[in-house]
Amino acid sequence: MRIFDPHIHMTSRTTDDYEAMHAAGVRAVVEPAFWLGQPRTSPESFYDYFDALLGWEPYRAAQFGIQHYCTIALNPKEANDPRCTPVLDELDRYLAKDRVVAVGEIGYDSMTPEEDEALARQLQLAVEHGLPALVHTPHRDKTAGTRRTLDVVRESGIAPELVVLDHLNELTVGMVLDSGCWAGFSVYPKTKMSEDRMIEILKEFGTARVLVNSAADWGRSDPLKTRRTADAMLAAGFDDDRVDTVMWRNPVAFYGQSGRLELDPCPDEPGRDEDATFQGNSIRRGGA
Amino acid sequence: MSVADPFPPTPAVPHTALRAALDTAARVWLDEAAATITAEPAAIRRLFPAARRRCGRARLTEHWTVDEAARAVLLTALPRTGPALADEVTLLHRHGDPAEQRAVLRTLPLLDLGELALPVVRDALRGNDTTLIEAALGPYATAHLPDAEYRQAVLKCVFYEIPLDRVHGVHTRADRELARMLAAFAQERIAAGRDVPQDIRPVVRAFPDVISEAPAAVEKQLKSDLKEQI
Ligand SMILES: [Zn+2]
Repeated sequence: MRIFDPHIHMTSRTTDDYEAMHAAGVRAVVEPAFWLGQPRTSPESFYDYFDALLGWEPYRAAQFGIQHYCTIALNPKEANDPRCTPVLDELDRYLAKDRVVAVGEIGYDSMTPEEDEALARQLQLAVEHGLPALVHTPHRDKTAGTRRTLDVVRESGIAPELVVLDHLNELTVGMVLDSGCWAGFSVYPKTKMSEDRMIEILKEFGTARVLVNSAADWGRSDPLKTRRTADAMLAAGFDDDRVDTVMWRNPVAFYGQSGRLELDPCPDEPGRDEDATFQGNSIRRGGA
Repeated sequence: MSVADPFPPTPAVPHTALRAALDTAARVWLDEAAATITAEPAAIRRLFPAARRRCGRARLTEHWTVDEAARAVLLTALPRTGPALADEVTLLHRHGDPAEQRAVLRTLPLLDLGELALPVVRDALRGNDTTLIEAALGPYATAHLPDAEYRQAVLKCVFYEIPLDRVHGVHTRADRELARMLAAFAQERIAAGRDVPQDIRPVVRAFPDVISEAPAAVEKQLKSDLKEQI
């Protein structure tokens, strides 16, 4: 089984996670830029973070046979902090990079005017760079927030097939699929979405334009939730082809719209990516 | 210096091989990009990041991949010298992803920079990405990196298992102090029951007194397999 996790924050995960993910079939991931738990207080902290998403993290991933791409944005939470908003002026530079396959995570957290401004501006950047957009839906007041997000997406003029709305649930999936956007689901141990609920949604809405991710980060989360959902799909009677649609072909089709997803055909051996180290495997040797 | 360095001294931009490797669209893009940069140098900031997806990333020669060579074409098109050139190169490196940074590092010896790009080399050598460390230790570092830093860089390569035959000029730059450091490294490895990399032997052997001063076990290790000596 081959798995592409379209939303996972590997910066917060260990090398054990990378090994377990590879063993479970994960061969590619997209890591969206998001907030780090600890608020940042200057734009420079973001640039170092973006550089890590483009540099050290793909290097780390490649050593475990996993191809790593990222999305870049100022996240909604920190869009409310005037110390961080200058980041918006520097995003052009990062959105030009090869491994950046979307603008994201953008969207609403508390639905403030500052978040309105950041969301609209960053959707515009996606249009200018010909990139898809990964839009997070708010955890509080989700249904109203999703509706408002869809309005802003429509006003921005970006093609709906270039947009995924993420962290959806039973109440928000219908309006998102009706809008022509992609529907993203974050399967989490306790909150957001479970494997069982995911199966019911797939039965009702089908597998087209659906992305399933673990959204694993620094909180209580599980980087193998993609595999667990795939297993639950098989147990529920979905065939291999439909599992492959959800777990591989859909994320490839969505992020492939960037024109920058140069996937090697599922490397079996860690380190086959030409960017990877050839022998000096400093991470697995425990550093040097 | 007692062992011939297997590397040619200056890896020029392989224009002929590059042109042959590019399809028509990529060739046109690269020609236009170079002309644009010559006319308007700041344009390199947007063209440099795009070069890899426009031109490709396959290996071209022992020294260059297609993207690195294409980016070398762009860098050498900059109508700048001295500090103005160093500023632009430093900026491209600072804001570059690893592929861009490798291209900058590999092109340094072809640019009129004197010592001005040493901070760029040091930046790469401080990190843990072996592809960047290897790219940083090219002819530019051989020519300009001070002795103490060069020795530390070679030792770091040994730690990170970067084969020393990929390190430009190592046999030219090797001195008695580097040989001593490598012999001490071998001693640590032997004490830990770990392998001693083969490729440090020719460097240490060039300094027979270092070997003769080393403990017997180290001397034996470093002198073994004489037939493998290049
Ligand atoms: Zn996230």
